[in-house]
Amino acid sequence: MGLFILRRVGVMLLTALCLTFIVFWLTNLYPNLEKLAKTQGNFRMSDEAVTSYLTNRGYQQALPVKYGQWLGVLPGYVIEGSDGEVRSRCEEGKTFCGVIQGDWGFSTVFKDNVSTIVSTRLGATGKLMFWVMMVMVPGALLIGVLAGMREGSGTDRTLSTASIVSTATPEYVSGVILIAVLGTKVIIDWDTIPFKGSATSAIDDANFENFFLPVITIALYGMGYIARMTRASMTEVMTAQYIRTARLKGVSFPKIVIRHALRNALIAPFTVIMLQFPWLLNGVVIVETLFNYKGFGWTLVEAARNNDIELLLGVSIVSVFVVLVTQLISDIGYVFLNPRIRIS
Amino acid sequence: MTTDTSYDGPILEIDKLSISFFTRLREIPAVMDFSAKIMPGEALGVVGESGCGKSTVALGVMQDLGVNGRIVGGSIKFKGREMNTMTPEELRDIRGSQIAMIYQEPMASLNPAMRIGKQLAEVPMIHEGISESEAMKRALEVVTDVKLPDPARILKSFPHQLSGGQQQRIVIAMALMSKPSLLILDEPTTALDVTVEAAVVELVKDLGKKYGTSMLFISHNLGLVLETCDRICVMYSGEAVERGSIEDVFDEMQHPYTQALFRSIPLPGADKNARPLIAIPGNFPLPHERPSGCNFGPRCDYFEAGRCDAQVIPMEKVTGNDRHESRCLRFSEIDWNAPPQVAETKEKAPPGQVVLKMDNLKKYYEVAANALFGGGGEKKVVKANETLSFEARESETLAIVGESGCGKSTFAKVLMGLETATEGEILLDNKSIGNIPIEQRDTKTVADVQMVFQNPFDTLNPSMTVGRQIMRALEIFKVGNNDAERRQRMLELLDLVKLPRAFADRMPRQLSGGQKQRVGIARAFAGDARIVVADEPVSALDVSVQAAVTDLLMEIQREHKTTLLFISHDLSIVRYLSDRVMVMYLGHVVELGTTDQVFAPPYHPYTEALLSAVPIADTSVKKKHIVLEGDIPSAMNPPTGCPFQTRCRWKDQVAGGLCEKEVPVTRTLAEGHQVKCHLTDAQMAEMEPVIEIAAE
Ligand SMILES: Nc1ncnc2c1ncn2[C@@H]1O[C@H](COP(=O)(O)OP(=O)(O)OP(=O)(O)O)[C@@H](O)[C@H]1O
Ligand code: SF4
Ligand code: SF4
Ligand SMILES: [Mg+2]
Repeated sequence: MGLFILRRVGVMLLTALCLTFIVFWLTNLYPNLEKLAKTQGNFRMSDEAVTSYLTNRGYQQALPVKYGQWLGVLPGYVIEGSDGEVRSRCEEGKTFCGVIQGDWGFSTVFKDNVSTIVSTRLGATGKLMFWVMMVMVPGALLIGVLAGMREGSGTDRTLSTASIVSTATPEYVSGVILIAVLGTKVIIDWDTIPFKGSATSAIDDANFENFFLPVITIALYGMGYIARMTRASMTEVMTAQYIRTARLKGVSFPKIVIRHALRNALIAPFTVIMLQFPWLLNGVVIVETLFNYKGFGWTLVEAARNNDIELLLGVSIVSVFVVLVTQLISDIGYVFLNPRIRIS
Repeated sequence: MTTDTSYDGPILEIDKLSISFFTRLREIPAVMDFSAKIMPGEALGVVGESGCGKSTVALGVMQDLGVNGRIVGGSIKFKGREMNTMTPEELRDIRGSQIAMIYQEPMASLNPAMRIGKQLAEVPMIHEGISESEAMKRALEVVTDVKLPDPARILKSFPHQLSGGQQQRIVIAMALMSKPSLLILDEPTTALDVTVEAAVVELVKDLGKKYGTSMLFISHNLGLVLETCDRICVMYSGEAVERGSIEDVFDEMQHPYTQALFRSIPLPGADKNARPLIAIPGNFPLPHERPSGCNFGPRCDYFEAGRCDAQVIPMEKVTGNDRHESRCLRFSEIDWNAPPQVAETKEKAPPGQVVLKMDNLKKYYEVAANALFGGGGEKKVVKANETLSFEARESETLAIVGESGCGKSTFAKVLMGLETATEGEILLDNKSIGNIPIEQRDTKTVADVQMVFQNPFDTLNPSMTVGRQIMRALEIFKVGNNDAERRQRMLELLDLVKLPRAFADRMPRQLSGGQKQRVGIARAFAGDARIVVADEPVSALDVSVQAAVTDLLMEIQREHKTTLLFISHDLSIVRYLSDRVMVMYLGHVVELGTTDQVFAPPYHPYTEALLSAVPIADTSVKKKHIVLEGDIPSAMNPPTGCPFQTRCRWKDQVAGGLCEKEVPVTRTLAEGHQVKCHLTDAQMAEMEPVIEIAAE
């Protein structure tokens, strides 16, 4: 088992390196740098001024060198600029300062350390995701199991249709509909509007009123998919020979479902649930923007919009890790659920 | 709640039961007018070919026919209570506690994600409401009863950690947890090796006696039914055709189908010249294509037009016998003692010169100990074949017998060139081919050595017509100069395997199992093969078809002087068709000799056990019961010394524990008869025959 995890972690690091390099390369394309120089300096800079601005701040070094410095495996630059000022990447007394050393850089938009921003925003999104999971997973499993328990029954058909509709509706559609119906008086003339269309206040004080809509918007989207996976796996399990054995042992139907079918039926959806994480992060971008919830996705949008290179890099490296870590967890979890591949 | 002791009528009484499956296209009448009665402590065997409705009867009794199956007529009474009208709760109460069922595939009937102990304990917890700890105690007792080693550990394991035989014992234990009064066994041993099968059957019989359980034993093997049951019911195409006590049906059969069935199976006790196999002509009718009148009519030797096909045939009592009935209009007119009409027997060509020689052939596989997460970890060596040496002559049949994992198939693969030998040589006409993989063999060699596979269903390309597939083979063997010539040859090959020429344009799915196997044989002989390796060629086929395919193989052999290497675990058929027999165990050849030498004492101890394990459908045969303890050891870590040492009953007779220390050398007992065993000649001479025919 140890070796297995070790190998997976190795692969993960390698993937992370490749992906961040690509992001690094894209954000460091010259037009982006030029825009950066102009936003940071002034908008009427001449081309020469841009070049010297960039050279003085190390942006004109070769891409691998810059990437190495950003990572923290190459010593940070110390450049005596054309204006005579000496600028260095790192603070006094430090030679290496990159992601590895915890120096994630400085956000030009939020005027704060990238690491602080990323960690607080991630926390906010974590809160959102936690509630999404709390609603989505039990809901989806319940729907899937109920539908798959008796294939072809009325319950099955109703629930299956509902899940297909919910996955087929993208978040920006369902979000808008939900806001319109439950968050305003536009469609239904509420006495008091039950939910808030904005989740900004949920950052500090999340409650049912301001948090329900964003949570349910994301959950609905993921729910249909997991529910259908669970249903497929449940129907398959229900026709297995050992279910017949259980039935002919005299086990009652509810007990067959709970004791014999459930665990076997959950093996496949478990992987899907874990794979949903990265996928849900997409939704997070849309929903956080839609509900103006200042989390990770919202930060990503802001960083991209304002060409905030350091922040963008920080956000992407964290995203890559979130994706890979969930995958690792899903693999390990799979081994636990399925005794047949449990490692001796 | 459990067994109600006051009741002493029949345990199960099925009366005129009819069951149909409803599909989109039509109603499929799977079982029609089926009646049976099982008294307390009695065991009823139900035999019949695949698809005749045996399992459907069993599931009908359990009232578990799935969504599209329905009982359309008749009644099923369990201890006098009608089951067809029971509520789900009443049924649940009976299932598992009073009627238990054991299926064919043990692995599939155990929940893969639940520990064995829990699965067992569940039964009394549901039906008797006892506590978990008490139920576990009961489970431990029953697991000990089914003779599993280390019961405490087994209760804690998951199904995949046990071998097939052990799993089947667990399934039996599960069925016995609540001491049911009726046990339904649906082909409980078909997936198991013969020696394991023998042990499981013995166990079921003993436990049945111990608990006084009645049994409904479903099987396609007449020999097994003879060994386990008191009464038998023969089914054909959804109907019971003959019913009676074992003795009556086996010795005084009163139905043409029963007779045909008996004539199509080889009996190791009988001489093959005096009693040749007679295949049942034609094919089994599908449920919706049944003829009018007698279902067996089109295949029956005694068919009388205008009578047999004109009416529904009722089940009628055979006078003079106890509860013996037959569904045949003419049973009292037929002379049941008339000897079968045998087509003139063709003399077999005597074996010619040696064509194939194996010299000290060895095949070892290296496997990673931890296959899943590969990479590091030590490598293990599996010794699949250990010093094989033998010769095979022209037009000779050499049978290779042994149980799963003994290295039969590996040997075939090396011969075919699908694997290369680790050591030793294979000489084909004095040319070494053991180390030449199939891609490098010349066309002649490839065409010379061909194979017929066990499962005719996997070996044909499903999307190509039969004719094309045979022509492809001809192309590969460079037979014929153009398509027209090859087409001609292909049609001749169809004649050779006795398939109508029209079959050339059929797709494989339009053929029955036996027909597919014939196509496989035609393909093997496309390049005039001189050596044909037949790897269990008939074991996937129905009994009535087996005889026809076996005969076909022998006939082609006679004409083409082919050397046939016949791999099988079925000793009855081996005795019937082979000249010499090679017995293998865990990669070793433990005995080799002519058929007569191998089937008569002195035996190698393993051959002795193997012989005793073969179920024989003949009431006049007396068989010694030798039950092998335990399973076949894994080839990954074979026992030290003699490979058979863990299960051998003669081991104590060898002084000084030699069997555990040294691998015995192969020694010659008589001309052409060799064994690999430490027993002395004197001890060998004391062995008694396993199969004896009681004097009439
Ligand atoms: N669920 C089903 N739907 C439609 N037809 C079925 C179904 N189950 C069985 N049948 C048909 O009913 C007939 C009897 O099948 P059954 O399984 O009882 O045969 P069997 O004697 O047990 O055969 P085997 O020896 O292969 O187990 C067959 O023709 C089969 O095709
Ligand atoms: S009724 Fe006629 S066709 Fe049917 S088994 Fe008897 S003799 Fe044969
Ligand atoms: S060598 Fe010993 S253990 Fe092996 S078969 Fe002979 S008697 Fe049995
Ligand atoms: Mg069956």
